[in-house]
Amino acid sequence: MTGSLPGLARRRKSPPLASPRPMPYDPRAVNFDFSADQKSLREQARKFLADHASSTRVRRILDGAAPYDAELWRGMGEMGWMGTAIPEPYGGAGFGHLELCVIAEELGRSLAPAPFSSTIYLAAETLLLAGSDAQKKRWLPRIAQGQAIGCFALAEGPQAPTAANLVTRADGARLTGSKTPVADGDVADFAIVAARTGDGRVGLFLVELAGAGVARTPVTTVDPTRSHARVTFESTPAEPLGAPGEGWRLVERLLDRAAVLVAFEQIGGAQAALDMAREYALGRFAFGRQIASFQAIKHKLADMYVGLELARSNAYYGAWALSKDAPELPVAAAAARVAACEAYYQAAKENIQIHGGMGFTWEFDCHLHYRRAKLTGLMLGSARRWKDLLVARLEAGAA
Amino acid sequence: MDFNDTREEADFRQEARQWLTKHAEPKSGAFETWQSRYSGREGWDGLERAKAFQTKKADAGFAALHWPAEWGGRALPPIYQVIYAQEETKFLVPRGYFEIGLGMCMPTLFAYATEAQKRRYAPSALRGDEVWCQLFSEPGAGSDLAGLRTRAQRDGDDWVINGQKIWTSGAHWADWAILVARSNPKAPKHKGLTFFFLSMKSPGIETRRIKQISGASHFNEVYFTDVRIPDSQRLGAVGAGWGVAITTLMNERLTSGDLRGPDFEEIFGLARSTVLEDGPAIRNAAVRERLADLYVKTQGVRLTRFRTMTALSRGETPGPENSIGKLVNAPKAQEIASFAMDLLDMGGVVMDKDVAPLRAAFQESLLTSPGGRIAAGTDEILRNIIAERVLGLPQDVRVDRDLPFEELPTGKR
Repeated sequence: MTGSLPGLARRRKSPPLASPRPMPYDPRAVNFDFSADQKSLREQARKFLADHASSTRVRRILDGAAPYDAELWRGMGEMGWMGTAIPEPYGGAGFGHLELCVIAEELGRSLAPAPFSSTIYLAAETLLLAGSDAQKKRWLPRIAQGQAIGCFALAEGPQAPTAANLVTRADGARLTGSKTPVADGDVADFAIVAARTGDGRVGLFLVELAGAGVARTPVTTVDPTRSHARVTFESTPAEPLGAPGEGWRLVERLLDRAAVLVAFEQIGGAQAALDMAREYALGRFAFGRQIASFQAIKHKLADMYVGLELARSNAYYGAWALSKDAPELPVAAAAARVAACEAYYQAAKENIQIHGGMGFTWEFDCHLHYRRAKLTGLMLGSARRWKDLLVARLEAGAA
Repeated sequence: MDFNDTREEADFRQEARQWLTKHAEPKSGAFETWQSRYSGREGWDGLERAKAFQTKKADAGFAALHWPAEWGGRALPPIYQVIYAQEETKFLVPRGYFEIGLGMCMPTLFAYATEAQKRRYAPSALRGDEVWCQLFSEPGAGSDLAGLRTRAQRDGDDWVINGQKIWTSGAHWADWAILVARSNPKAPKHKGLTFFFLSMKSPGIETRRIKQISGASHFNEVYFTDVRIPDSQRLGAVGAGWGVAITTLMNERLTSGDLRGPDFEEIFGLARSTVLEDGPAIRNAAVRERLADLYVKTQGVRLTRFRTMTALSRGETPGPENSIGKLVNAPKAQEIASFAMDLLDMGGVVMDKDVAPLRAAFQESLLTSPGGRIAAGTDEILRNIIAERVLGLPQDVRVDRDLPFEELPTGKR
């Protein structure tokens, strides 16, 4: 299996940036959109997912026992998507994060029930940021080929995980503690685990989940189309990742990168929810006319659109910062996350409202986006917390 | 994806910057305007200086970049207009004198006037020798412009105009105007309108300033008593005035992504410098949450504008995303003003420039920002436009489309 990414066959080296200006205080004319090649990749991804991650397929995971759609996952591997941003020396396609954003948007639109975000945005990104050469060589080629699933274990129950409250501890190279919820923790081959080290600081560790000292129990979440588990470590062998004591800083850098990628899944989902609501409002008649002709409905849809476009623009800026590893990334990522969490939740919630009674039946797909909006809205930390982080970063920038 | 000009755009930006550096003065503060610096003789000093600046701008070829060369333009794509406008924001330049004439009236003349008329009016408008205004809105016709009642009655080779217009920017110093009036009240409302241009010096025109809640007077009421317009100054066919008016309104300028008054940077600065009951405002969780919301909106509008500019730069038609700017920014201006005054607590009401932060810019904005949500499309009309033109939703059911205009019900307001 090789990374194919057909849309990028004609890849050109992009010219170096002469002087990337900070935004937005010195606005200039711009090239602030995806390229034609990237847009063609988006079309291919959309087509593939329309066939392989249809609502019927998503519902098989919702209603069935399988934790994820293995056939879809294999197909995504054959498309080369897992290797999109993994460099060629590690078996990836070596494209970049802009291409990954394009794919993320389509995954979000289709509600793809697969462990992509855990494996790629979190596990692979951690390895790229902080892995040793040996760790990268061991895991990245397998990830790129769709042969390994990774996960990220940070949260420890119903509270915000912080540098101060993590209980899971590392004694030398052995972990003890419990993580809940861990997305794809039940199916992953390895986990990136945040734990407290002997000096009281936080470190990141790589753990192979098939070995001894690991117990995994599925947990039910609001979105059964994505699998979650409680993962318990009992003196489990682990390899440290990154420089000692850099752990929490590393967690933040990682969450920033994932925030941009998840924001694209969220705007894809928000667009899908808006499209559903629009279609329904056009086809539904009440009081002798299309409900889409009532201003109460039109204005609701217009507000969904405005929220989505604000989120899309913030996400694009995050994509730019991520692709250039720009110093603006921490602020851009926080803004992208806040906007995307709110836009997706608004679109998903109002989509149900516009569908009326049918909107809260199991049969209609509205609830799939409602569930996914809340799941993605919390998986990297709540928008409430990111807003505080955003202001803290703006303060640091203005100091 | 990057934030760089193309080579041609960068060259043009450099040319514009050099010309402005030589011919315009820098602003002394973020909110200084041409009108606030040159307000002598009730604003007439500002007008005379503006005309002189406009002449220089036209001679340098910056006054109408997208116009054809024969009318003094450079036939450049719209992105160059955006680049020039970006460079101009750093300087004190006249605003509010020529935009309507060049942006709305002249494009209408280009589409409907005779060659001789275009030759007569376009160059003088471009150089600022003659100022134009637009006589559209009426007391009974705002969002529903086609409900206007100012009468145009044929009398030989002339038309006779009686009625009243309102919200006319610059009518008190305009030399010329475009006008849409009702020529046939027996036809359905959109089919009985006719479009003209006329001299604002015509006998029978009376202009009265409107005092706004901020105390300023940017607008006028214009009264017509037996004002005569030669039929040669009719634009478009008799009864086809609605189509002409749509041409005018389609030529609205691309609006700037930024507020003219206090924006995110100012409220953020205020939160950092103001102390609340429990410490610095910036440390208060409720304040932080609102700041984050405002930042995301502000960035969202600015970045959305960059997407529009990218489409222009690539020679594409901008997507519908450009329609959200005013709908987000106008209420945001009001929210920032009110939020800032809340932070100042009991002292927030003070408007004395020597006492209130930023020389009372927030308090000024509280009183000017309601207008932003109404002028050039109310929040509600903008939502309808997004719903209908962007999302393709049907129009509301209309009860006024096919009835003769004079049979439509009217209220007391």
